[in-house]
Amino acid sequence: MGDHSHGGPKSSGTVATAGQGEVEKFQDPGLPPHRPRLADKDPRAEKRAERQVAILFVISVIGTLLFFVGYFAIRLDETISTLRLQNFTLGMGTAFAMLGIGVGIVHWAKTLMPDHEIAEERHAVRTEEDRQIAETMVSEIISESGIKRRPLIRNTLLGAMILAPLPAIGILRDLSKDLNPDVLRHSMWDAGVRLTRDPDGTPIRASEVTIGSAFHVIPEGLNEAEHKLEEKAKAVVLLMRLNPEDLQVSPGREDWNYNGIVAYSKICTHVGCPVALYEQQTHHLLCPCHQSTFDLTQECKVIFGPASHALPQLPISVDSEGYLVATSDFHEPVGPSYWERG
Amino acid sequence: MSASTSPDTYQPKTSVGRISNFIDTRVGASSIVKEFGRKVFPDHWSFMFGEVALYTFVILLLSGTFLTLFFDPSMAETHYTGSYVPLKGVEMSVAYASTLDISFDIRGGLFMRQLHHWSALLFVASVSVHMLRVFFTGAFRRPRELNWVVGCTLLILALAAGFTGYSLPDDLLSGNGLRIIDGVIKAIPLIGTYLSMLIFGGEFPGTAIVGRLYVMHILVVPALILLMIAIHLFMVVVHKHTQYPGPGRTENNVVGFPVGPVYAAKAGGFFFIVFGIVAVIAANFQILPIWDYGPYDPSPVSAGTQPDWYIGFVDGALRLMPGVLGGFPFEYVIFGGYTLSLNVLLPALVPAGILFGLMFTWPWIERWVTKDNREHHILDRPRNAPFRTATGVAGVVWYCVMWAAASSDLIATHFHVSLNDVTYWLRALFFIGPIVGFMVTRRICLALQRKDREIVLHGRETGRIVRLPHGEFIEVHEPLNEYKLHRLVDFESPAVQPAVPDANGRITRTEKLRGRLSRFFFEDRVAPVTPAELEAAHGHGHAEVEETKPKAEVTSR
Amino acid sequence: MKALSQKRRHPLAAIALLLMGLLVTGGLYAVAGTVNEAQAATTTYSAQDIQEGEKLFVANCATCHGIGAVGAPEGAHGNQAGPSLIGVGAAAVDFQVGTGRMPMQMTGPQAQKKPAQFTEEQTTQLAAYVASLGAGPEIPSEEILDTSQGNPAEGGELFRVNCAMCHNAAAAGGALTRGKFAPSLAGVSEEHIYEAMVTGPQNMPVFNDANITPEGKRDIVAFLKTIEAQGAPGGFALGSLGPVSEGLLIWTAGLGVVIAFTIWLTQRSS
Repeated sequence: MGDHSHGGPKSSGTVATAGQGEVEKFQDPGLPPHRPRLADKDPRAEKRAERQVAILFVISVIGTLLFFVGYFAIRLDETISTLRLQNFTLGMGTAFAMLGIGVGIVHWAKTLMPDHEIAEERHAVRTEEDRQIAETMVSEIISESGIKRRPLIRNTLLGAMILAPLPAIGILRDLSKDLNPDVLRHSMWDAGVRLTRDPDGTPIRASEVTIGSAFHVIPEGLNEAEHKLEEKAKAVVLLMRLNPEDLQVSPGREDWNYNGIVAYSKICTHVGCPVALYEQQTHHLLCPCHQSTFDLTQECKVIFGPASHALPQLPISVDSEGYLVATSDFHEPVGPSYWERG
Repeated sequence: MSASTSPDTYQPKTSVGRISNFIDTRVGASSIVKEFGRKVFPDHWSFMFGEVALYTFVILLLSGTFLTLFFDPSMAETHYTGSYVPLKGVEMSVAYASTLDISFDIRGGLFMRQLHHWSALLFVASVSVHMLRVFFTGAFRRPRELNWVVGCTLLILALAAGFTGYSLPDDLLSGNGLRIIDGVIKAIPLIGTYLSMLIFGGEFPGTAIVGRLYVMHILVVPALILLMIAIHLFMVVVHKHTQYPGPGRTENNVVGFPVGPVYAAKAGGFFFIVFGIVAVIAANFQILPIWDYGPYDPSPVSAGTQPDWYIGFVDGALRLMPGVLGGFPFEYVIFGGYTLSLNVLLPALVPAGILFGLMFTWPWIERWVTKDNREHHILDRPRNAPFRTATGVAGVVWYCVMWAAASSDLIATHFHVSLNDVTYWLRALFFIGPIVGFMVTRRICLALQRKDREIVLHGRETGRIVRLPHGEFIEVHEPLNEYKLHRLVDFESPAVQPAVPDANGRITRTEKLRGRLSRFFFEDRVAPVTPAELEAAHGHGHAEVEETKPKAEVTSR
Repeated sequence: MKALSQKRRHPLAAIALLLMGLLVTGGLYAVAGTVNEAQAATTTYSAQDIQEGEKLFVANCATCHGIGAVGAPEGAHGNQAGPSLIGVGAAAVDFQVGTGRMPMQMTGPQAQKKPAQFTEEQTTQLAAYVASLGAGPEIPSEEILDTSQGNPAEGGELFRVNCAMCHNAAAAGGALTRGKFAPSLAGVSEEHIYEAMVTGPQNMPVFNDANITPEGKRDIVAFLKTIEAQGAPGGFALGSLGPVSEGLLIWTAGLGVVIAFTIWLTQRSS
């Protein structure tokens, strides 16, 4: 649009200030004149608006009726499609019932009620007069209470008030009977505990685990355990088989796998979701919650994502009948890290 | 002893009159009516988000009460005997089973559950949009700073209400969410494991958590929300509502419509409209199909495990944080054999801490930087406060990057890209996004302000070309009428407030910082047009052909 | 359809279902399968099928899988254009070729489903040829695919433990690492679902018959077909993707409609 740098420095163009010494502002022109609406001028438009509002209220009544039709007349047999129809009918009935009233009232206000804008004066939040009266009152109250003159009362009161609420916190101690973090170190696994299928609990033979398989495993006896879900939350395991040459075994763990069959904790070491996705060709375990990825060939070392340490490995072997058994509990706490983990 | 009651001189004639008179003489309703009956409220659509929040909260209370009549928060084990075939006989908690019963075996139950959950999503969304509106128009400035703090508290309470609510059905999705929260709590140094066991009543998952969340969800949190809403609305009434700049609007008045009848009709009607909208959504769109997820069990998990949208930014931060960076793990054992899990603590606490910290304290930060302690009842159009708008957009971009990260796996499947690449990109955007957002927004605001100046000085381009007698072609501009003009010039553009020495003549370090911030924010500024400039523009070289509309059709919009 | 649904509510229907359930569960434990014992009726292929299959194989598959399906030579990074198919069984061929995944458009870890390139007869011939190279999982029989004999509730439990983490609890699909994904199971035939479980295509684990028994697989298929047929009771399912699509709906359509109403409400009437 051309150069219109009136009253401002031409230089950077980012600054446009008022002209030198000019601080005056435009005068407020006051409220603009009222413009009458159709319904204000034309009695036929007014009647039409009235009819429209009335029709909207009638639509609301129809909506309410539709709700009752949906509730009583669409029988809830066992199929999902009638449930879907009933949900739709109840919902749309409610919707029309509500929208009819709402749109009707708003249309009434917009077209028929007066739309003159009114200006109302604001009041100060506080007047100086009020402040002085309040100040006087407060100093009278304080001096009559005597708290300033009696430091002994004040100090002991303070001490009492600070301590008094503490029982309300202390009484919450029994929100949990046991508070021993050591329970996190141990799971149901132990020497000789068989690996069984999740959820039915049948034991697994080593010969059944072929290359590319992923078995979801729970310890034998879990389904009858007293605190089933709590134990399960520490004991779930993934069982897979690799070619023994593909496994990088660190010293001390040579007998933790059985002919390339390995078992790892299924609880993610990030914040505890089940790490359940096994990619059989890449040998990666992926946790779907925050995408922590573990490499099965490197003893489930973390290769991507927010987890910081590898999945604990469950040492396994076979018993005399060929069923897979654990040879001990995990050698470290499973699941997310905590302060006392060490 | 006898009170000096003069015989009531007012004798009502109608039955309605007699009832009202009865109440009035007992509680003094006349003075209330006098104070509030014709109170003026300004009318702008952007002021209605607070109302949407209030109304969705009412819908939540109503639908929630219905649900409490049928929901059983017990975590005792049971086997399903209801009508949903794919779960027949399956072992589950009573809480989950009762939610299935509500969905499949109680008429209207599914609709009420969906109405409740959809309104919850809209509740938090409208609280957020309302908060953004208040922020970007500067409505939190004196005297409304305390109301802003109450509002921020309401946002946090809304998040708490939502989280405790969707964890109640004890399904696989929310159960894994609780598992994640437990993992985050356990990562807290010193007290984490104890907190986790206290909250869950022992080891995870325990049998207490749903019942405890239930108490929070139906009693404690709604009570706190109601209390905060009461304080919030009380202050709005005391301070009166703010208004946008425009003709007839000053710092000392409120221009709008009276409560009775117009504003009450519109606001009251709007309640029904919001209810109707949520009912349409609940009638047509399924939400949280717990029957698909199945009951919570620590073993299974579903692909695409996300929390409800408003908790998404925390989940996204957890996803973006690398656990190991260049061989350096973010979790290590410190002296004494204790484990510090920064890979969990940093994303869970730092971004939320920064966002909420800045949010709560922003009115004071702005006051400190601008040294503006005056009352403000006229709002800023966002373009007229580039520093605030740009900072707000930077915060929003940061939040949105984390929010997007929560759906990284869905982004990967839908746009056929690699999940890992999505994470890498978002990690970069986490740092670069807010900076770029700030810079771009500030430039856009300044450009819009300059455009406003152009329009004020030279009027609206009508698109009509006229050939002057001496041969020159010009475009006809239509100058703004005084009402439209006033809206575009009625603002203040704060200037830089350089650091000043204090009483002892020294410039303190904080004052130096403030001076630097002031320069960074306000160095580039566009000031409103003054009358003198407009005169100068009209007396300009060109004999521009100007048109004025007839007075009768002058409007302010 | 109406008559059928009323029959389902017949008082004897519950007893019939119970009896069937007892039979199936009892049968499950009685027939504890070993790994590769084909519960399926053994399909017998004619010599001509095998011959035709070999011709098709040489023309379309051998470039990646090698003559005689021994597999391509290993590349520089230990990659193989196509692995050996000896022992993969007819089921694998029927799945891969029947869903159009093979022949692959380009080599990589993810074989995309696309329109099948071969007719059913040709697919059978290819399957016959590969099956003749070495024993492997056979094409499932009609009876094991008969979902009316399956228990959807037990199938659901198995599905959630073994499948939902990749395919999503409602079988809508999910992401794997580095651009791979587990596809949605909507519209996939019972046969292909069964074959995928028993052969473990691409990165999907192998669920041999000792891991999930044939009856368990049938339950899973019954479960999948039940939820596919029943539809979403609450309305549109928005892709069954969970809170992300729900949040998106509220922020776009939901707030959009609300804002539209607020603008209408505060506008001056004409």
